[in-house]
Parts: sequence; structure tokens; C-alpha cells
Amino acid sequence: MSGIPLDAVHGPDGGEFPGQYPYTRGPYASMYRSKLWTMRMFAGFGTAPDTNRRFHDLLRAGGDGLSTAFDMPTLMGIDSDDPRALGEVGRCGVAVDTVDDVADLYAGIDLGSITTSMTINAPAAVVLAMFVANAEAHGVTRARLGGTLQNDILKEYQAQKEFVFPPRASMRLVRDTITFCTAEMPRWHTISISGYHIREAGSTAAQELAFTLANGFAYVELARDAGLDVDAFAPRLSFFFNAHIDFFEEIAKYRAARRTWARWLRDRYGAKDVRSHQLRFHTQTAGVSLTAQQPEVNIVRTAIEALAGVLGGTQSLHTNSYDEALALPTDDAARIALRTQQVIAHETGVANVADPLGGSWFVEQLTDEVEARAESVFAHLLDLGSGSMLEGVIRGVEEGWFQSEISDAAYDFEKRVNRRRRIVVGVNDFFEGNDADEPTLLRITQDDERRQVERLARVRAARDERSVADALTRLRVDAADPERNLMPALIDTVGTRATLGEIMNALADEFGRYVETPRI
Amino acid sequence: MSGEPEMNRRGRILLAKVGLDGHDRGVKVVARTLRDAGFEVIYLGLFNSPDGVAAAARDEDVDIVGISMLSGAHLTLAPAVVDALRQIDVDVPVVVGGIVPDGDLTELRAAGIAAVLTPGSSTDEIVATLEGLCR
Repeated sequence: MSGIPLDAVHGPDGGEFPGQYPYTRGPYASMYRSKLWTMRMFAGFGTAPDTNRRFHDLLRAGGDGLSTAFDMPTLMGIDSDDPRALGEVGRCGVAVDTVDDVADLYAGIDLGSITTSMTINAPAAVVLAMFVANAEAHGVTRARLGGTLQNDILKEYQAQKEFVFPPRASMRLVRDTITFCTAEMPRWHTISISGYHIREAGSTAAQELAFTLANGFAYVELARDAGLDVDAFAPRLSFFFNAHIDFFEEIAKYRAARRTWARWLRDRYGAKDVRSHQLRFHTQTAGVSLTAQQPEVNIVRTAIEALAGVLGGTQSLHTNSYDEALALPTDDAARIALRTQQVIAHETGVANVADPLGGSWFVEQLTDEVEARAESVFAHLLDLGSGSMLEGVIRGVEEGWFQSEISDAAYDFEKRVNRRRRIVVGVNDFFEGNDADEPTLLRITQDDERRQVERLARVRAARDERSVADALTRLRVDAADPERNLMPALIDTVGTRATLGEIMNALADEFGRYVETPRI
Repeated sequence: MSGEPEMNRRGRILLAKVGLDGHDRGVKVVARTLRDAGFEVIYLGLFNSPDGVAAAARDEDVDIVGISMLSGAHLTLAPAVVDALRQIDVDVPVVVGGIVPDGDLTELRAAGIAAVLTPGSSTDEIVATLEGLCR
């Protein structure tokens, strides 16, 4: 503001700079001076037309990428008219049963230019097939599609718990999406390797980093074992981290993530393309840090967390709405959340200089410490897998190791809050204001569920049952052959208006279903 | 568990996730908290149906059923658990833990839910509520 000239980056002669291996200070030399982070707001509720309207609102308000939240039945591969879906349709995200819902969801949006992220995992391959089939029906070829499929099944077993098939069968589907996209969808990000949910489930920052990168290494080994060259697919892997409230530790986590990934990809996996070394990530502020008490205070928490993501060099960002400890966000709350990013981007000046905290003794030391803790987790997992990270991570899941590490950390955190060793405003101190009325919340009614069930009934009535049955039969045959890539059969099957539930059931006939042993 | 029966005299509690919601951080923290406070805790895990929870409540002869929900499906699923218990003549209070807007509390009480514990409930509040219901 005072007119002091700023360099794009500051540092000593001969020091490490952004855009240079091992990328501790950022993947690109000039960072936000060349391109601001993408303000990618996660949205999804009710039926596809409801969410489509929210997408258009967000794009009009200056958002520049879409991110789709699906409801619980969709995440679990269950149709809206299934008895198990009762009460859950459209509640936590948008309901998708058939390719026709995908058409409604992205109606009026140019899928050749706007990038789209889809948060879906167990049925990720099926939803990708619907996305491709819909785009191609509207004249956009698969090669032009840009976006991200979350497709990170490992963290589902570890933390988020929306799994369907057993781990090894699920990994086959991940392999199929990677090999398919590598060959046919050059602009598509095949997996968003996600620490977000691991952290939300209770892990520490160092565990979030360690488990997420270990999962990333496991996917690299999976694709390598499928015969792909590491540089053919690694540039299309991206990451998704949490931005929690412990400000400097979060920044250290992002810096350590870039450095660790670069070293492992170059030295262990032999990647030569710098894009394989460069870890790029999306950030979301921490849902668990939001309080139901005095919810307006969440605007402050979210702003601080978002700032950590920006100072840590994120490539895209979602800011939570202040009312999300109570319900899905209202339009007004979602707009304030987007405005928070716009204030950081355009008013504060923090985007002018790359890695402004680089060289801080404190931040550098914290970065080293988080990295060292992650390395000790990697050593444990390699031991568990007899030298294979893929095997180590799968065994860690099957034996419940990740799950108990995370729940131990969650319990430890809760005890500190309960004993007031950690203060949370409005929860264990500073109670004035707690009695105020709740803000007006978004209400999802049973009416949305009824409309979606009717919609599905119309699609079922209009389709050709014979071609649905034939496609499902072929899918079962392909699923039974582990060498076969399932994507072509999935794209054909969704085109017949087979439902997500029908397809997942057909796959479960071959793969079986996973049941987690309950552990406290 | 065996060996320390005196520790578990505070009550026997069944905890479960009902429906499709996989968020289990809260229920696991509550399970450990209650166990440390001297309750006997049976944790049924994820994706239970209302009928499954009711059958387990009968078979395990528990004092309280606690169900955890964060997906917004509480108005459908919580009353379904109460009904499932009534169907098999099991008279046990049902407590809901999780994200429940204030506006839904009356409806849940009317449906026969004994108590609702929302985010920010302290250990002391949780223990006191359940102890009161065990008597």
C-alpha cells in the first residue's frame, strides 16, 4: 500500500526458491502473481436441478471452478428409492441415480472450459463413467474434460468410512480409472489424495501428512505395477489437505508435503518429469473447528484457516460457511465464505510474494519436524508391507492400524478440550452469546426426497430394460476378469440408464462387500 | 468386561451409527469417554438398521441405546429406532448424539427420544444425562 517495491519472492543468494526442487517453497516460481488460487466452492444438496442453480450462483458470484458434493446414498452406491436411503436423499449433497441426473447437475455449464471436481470414492468409477457419457452426449469429447475425481478409497477405510467393496477390489477400480484416464483423458486429475477426512476424523497435522502421502505412494505403486510409466500418470495426481486452526503448523505441513513428495517421487520412484515431483493441492478449511455455539465466530476461524492455506501455497481453496456445524450452508452463508477468499486475495496483499514465511526459523524448523514425523510413519508402513508401501497401507487398513491411530488422537484432543487444556471459544470458555437463537438454516425436506424418487421412477419407466440387463451382464463378466479395464463397460452401462445402485450391486456380486470390525 | 465388574455398575450402553453416515469420530470418542467413566459400552459400529439396533439392545440387555447421526437424517431414523424397540417390546430410552438443529428438538421428543446431546456437550453433561436415564 505504501508503494514499497516487492520482489516475487525473497530469499538469500543460493537459497532454495519456489519452482525449484524439492519445491518446499511452492510448485511454481511466481506463485499467485501469475495465477491466483482457484476459488473452488463445494456444493451439493437436494436434487440435481437444486444444485445446478447453486452452481450457477457461485459462478456468477466469481467462483471459478465447481466442486460437487453427493448425498450419502450416492456415496454408498445406493439408489434414492432403496429403503436404506430413506431420510438421506439429498441431505448431505446432491442425489445422483442415473446419467440423466448428471445431465441436470451440469446443465448450462461449459464442461470444456469450467473444471469440475467430484467428491466421490467407492462408486467413483461409475460416476466418472456418467460424467463422460453425459459430456459426450452434449458434444464435449472426453479428451477435453478437465477436473478431478476424488477417487481416494484408502482414506475411506481409514477415516471417512464410505466404502462398499473390500480394499483390494476397490484398488482394482482405482487402477482402472488411472489407466483409462492416462490413455484417454489427458486433462483429468485421476485421484485427489485426501488428508482432509483423515484430519476431520481426528488425526494430528503430522498424521494427516504422513497417512496422505503414504496413500499417494501406494497409488503410485499400484499404477506402476499395472505397467504405467510413473511420469505418464504422476503429474495427474493431486492432493487435498485440511486447513485447521493451528496456523503455523498447517503452513509447515503444506511445505513439508511438497518436499517429501518431490523426494520420494524422484528418488524412490524414479520420476524424471518435474510435474511428477511438484505436489499440487486443494485446501478446505476445517469443518471440525466450527462450533455450533456462537456460529458467527466461525467466519473468523475460517478466515484464519484460509490464510494458512494461502501462505502455504495452495492451488485451490474451499472456505466453509459459518452455519455448517448446524446444517448445510444457506446461500448467504456460502457467499460470505467466498467473500472471505476474495478479501484475502484482493485486499490483504498476501498473494504478492511467494512463500512469505520461508526462512522463518520457526516455520522452517516446524517444517523439518513434521517431515521427520511423516518419515517415521513411512518406515512403519514399509515394514508392515515388507518393503511395499502399497501392501503396507492395505495391511494397515485391514489390521485397523490407521483407524486406531486416528481415534486415539481424536480422544486425546477431546480430553484436552474437556479439561480446558485447550480453549475453544464458546465451547469451554467465553460463553456469553451462546444463548442467542440459531441462524436461519437450510432445510432439506422429505419433499426433495419424494421428487428424486419420482424422477428415478420416470427414468426407469422410459428405458429399455433389455439393454440395461445386457449391459449389466457384460459388466459382471468384465469384473470377473481382474486384467480387464472396467471403464469401457461402465460407460456403456450408464448409457442404458442403468442406475448407480444396479451397477454397484452387479460389481458387488463379483467383489463382495466390506464390513468394518467395530473398534472403539 | 470380566475381571472388573465393579467398574461397570454405572450402566450398560449400546452405541451405534444408524443409516448411511460414516462419520464415527464423535461416537467413538463418546464410547471411550463413557467407558472411562465406568459405563459398560457395546459399540455396534457403522451402517446399522433400526431393526438391527433394536435386536442388539434386546440381546445385550442394555440400559440405554445411543445413536449417533450427523447426516440430517435424524428425523427419519431416530423415531424408527424407537418404533423398532417398541415392536419387540423393549423398553429402553433412546438418546441421540450429533448435529440436530434446535428446531428439530420438539419433534424428536414427541417421537419418544429421551435426550439429545448436541456438539459441545461436555463429558460431565453426557455422563450426567446417561446416569439419570439409567436409574
